[in-house]
Amino acid sequence: MGGNITAEALDRDERRIGVYICHCGLNIADTVDVEAVANYAGTLNSVAVARDYRFMCSDPGQDLIKNDIKELNLNRVVVASCSPRMHEPTFRKACEAASLNPYLFEMANIREDCSWVHDDREVATQKAKALVRAAVARVYYNDPLEIKEIPFNPDTLVVGGGIAGIQAALEIADSEHKVYLVERDPSIGGHMIQLDKTFPTLDCSQCILTPKMAAVGAHPYIELLSYSEVEEVSGFVGAFKVKVRKKARYVDEDKCTGCGLCQEKCPWTADSEYDVGLSKRKAIYTPFAQAIPNVPVIDRDSCAYFLKGKCRACEKFCETGAIDFEQVDQFIELEVGAIILATGYDAFDPSTISQYGYGIYDNVITGLQFERLSAATGPTGGEIRLKDGRKPESVAIIHCVGSRDQNYHEYCSRVCCMYGLKVAHIVKDKTNADVYEMYIDMRCFGEGYEEFYKRVSEEGVNFIRGKVAKVTDKAVSEEEEGKLVVICEDTLLGSIIRVPVDMVVLCIALEARSDAEEVARKFIISRRADGFFLERHVKLDPVATPSDGVLIAGCCQGPKDIPDTVVQASAAAARVLAMISKGRVTLEASVSHVNEDLCIGCGRCEELCEFHAPKVGIYEKPMPVSRVNEALCKGCGACAVACPTGAISIKHFKPEQILAMVDALAET
Amino acid sequence: MSEFEPSILCFACNWCSYAAADIAGTSRIHYPPNVRLLRVMCSGMVDAEYVMKALEAGFDGVMVAGCHIGDCHYISGNIKAQEMVTRLKKLLHILGLEDERLMLKWIATSEGPIFAETIKEYVEQLKKLGPSPFRKELVT
Repeated sequence: MGGNITAEALDRDERRIGVYICHCGLNIADTVDVEAVANYAGTLNSVAVARDYRFMCSDPGQDLIKNDIKELNLNRVVVASCSPRMHEPTFRKACEAASLNPYLFEMANIREDCSWVHDDREVATQKAKALVRAAVARVYYNDPLEIKEIPFNPDTLVVGGGIAGIQAALEIADSEHKVYLVERDPSIGGHMIQLDKTFPTLDCSQCILTPKMAAVGAHPYIELLSYSEVEEVSGFVGAFKVKVRKKARYVDEDKCTGCGLCQEKCPWTADSEYDVGLSKRKAIYTPFAQAIPNVPVIDRDSCAYFLKGKCRACEKFCETGAIDFEQVDQFIELEVGAIILATGYDAFDPSTISQYGYGIYDNVITGLQFERLSAATGPTGGEIRLKDGRKPESVAIIHCVGSRDQNYHEYCSRVCCMYGLKVAHIVKDKTNADVYEMYIDMRCFGEGYEEFYKRVSEEGVNFIRGKVAKVTDKAVSEEEEGKLVVICEDTLLGSIIRVPVDMVVLCIALEARSDAEEVARKFIISRRADGFFLERHVKLDPVATPSDGVLIAGCCQGPKDIPDTVVQASAAAARVLAMISKGRVTLEASVSHVNEDLCIGCGRCEELCEFHAPKVGIYEKPMPVSRVNEALCKGCGACAVACPTGAISIKHFKPEQILAMVDALAET
Repeated sequence: MSEFEPSILCFACNWCSYAAADIAGTSRIHYPPNVRLLRVMCSGMVDAEYVMKALEAGFDGVMVAGCHIGDCHYISGNIKAQEMVTRLKKLLHILGLEDERLMLKWIATSEGPIFAETIKEYVEQLKKLGPSPFRKELVT
């Protein structure tokens, strides 16, 4: 450890800055001459002490800062180490522990912005010096900021009623805290309720999910808003305001007994969403028998009354008078402290890969459609049947449809290998057909997964390693007549093979919801390049988002299986419960501030603020001036830029702080 | 004489471009050391005064990097940055400064490689353009 205390600095002026240069093991020290940087920092204006140390984030590293604050009367601290997005909170806490206001701390990023991206030691050291110089120049102007807290609203909003949303809602509600569960479909259940069996244990999906669904429906602490969508979100962690659109069901939930007579009598039909188009449902329908809530909706697009102005059969037969064609969308305002997004995924549409023949050949189906065929509640009562009702004698299962493919999604969808194996097992079990799995790699990583792969291998399933090129009905031999021919390169044999089968099951990818962009915008969170919601940290914080109080769970964050979804949903719930338990939330201290002596009350700030923080009015002065509601201000700085008189500045991002950095960075 | 090495100041939005630079770092994607990053909370926070100051201080190029349109953490800060840059470019033109001296770029959090690539390209662009007339050694 090098140290450099400049004696004359002690009485130079009232600013006493401590500068700490981190080696980060060799992460920084390999490329940057940290000792030279520390020596240089010691020569800078107002620097009372400059040191370098192996790991500043370690306890001894932090103690170094704490001791110097006390012993050398430091009133400003700079640490040059990693990104402030990583350790700024760590060092701010260390300052606070030594009774120094955390906003009198500044960080220079000499790792991500320097040692990791440059290799010339001399150049990197020069750059590190410049970054430290800028941080010192900035911290000189830093002000102590008051840290304010407000009470945390213990009510929670969960968006999405699949297994992730159900799990999160139940965990929170079981601790007797109110949860609003918003689901856009007529019933909760999500994709999981469509599945037949779940890998690798072959549990019946409905059998394990419906008790949880029923618990949601009956829970005294859960208010289920089904057939509803979030319209607007405002506020901030601890005090969000949410506007929910409760879509018109045209059925009075209080009057409906769920008897089902309306559905029996309705003469109009449409493709069943639940059965992925393999069956029909009525224009008035509950998506499936165990729907929660057990209240039907009228689909305007297939209802004759809405389309042609007559029918109303459901109304005639409803004994409780629950049908209400005059119903309109309702808007409900909720106030919550935290939000969990569990909006799930979309199933990839394989018709975009035309060579696989989906939508062209009847017996090319998706994995999700296979689930419906195989389920006892499905259109065939659980029999695996071809479109014409025959039992298939041979089935091909094509992996990675839309996944691991540069033309569609580069990522692996993580569940397809396993559901492909499950399909193989069920086909064998129910039909004893020949089964071919066409795969690129088998990825069976979870608990009991590899064992399940082994089990299915031993059931006589044929594994062909290779990517399928094409599915065709053009036979070139007698054996292929009347069959679907899967053309595939067998990379283990090194030859192109043709496999004639009766049925093809496509293991389709899981992809981000088509409206994920709009949802992300509504909740002010980000998305990854692949479209899924971006977590705060890919490894260490996969539940939070950059927006405080907005958490993500399940497949909206990326493809995952049911156990991982449940884990993440429980983690999100735990995060919310921790916030509820603390009961207060710290407000952003770096907010807009109006100098009322300079303000002319023009109102430009009020006009442009997206968060309605500034308000022009008559306060203590006789003239109108702008005042900022600090609880609403996010500190974006737009008002400060727009203010014509320079009356507005952002605390912690004042012009003198920025300009001092610009000057310091320009120096060579 | 050694090759002219342009100096760049990049105002980087905390929520996207700065995070993208972090990802470039974490992924060890190297880029030229000519750039100095100045973290701001939003590209819309960058006052024209800051850019002018940077040019006056001798930077050969100034980059304002924010979130893609529609992705702003503060809803519309990047649109405000875009308006500022458009206005300021006209002024720079009057001052006789080339258009390339000020660059606006949208870089999302996940776009670490794009951040590195952008810096590389900007350095090349400025090398072709030559030193800023406001460089200290040229002024004094």
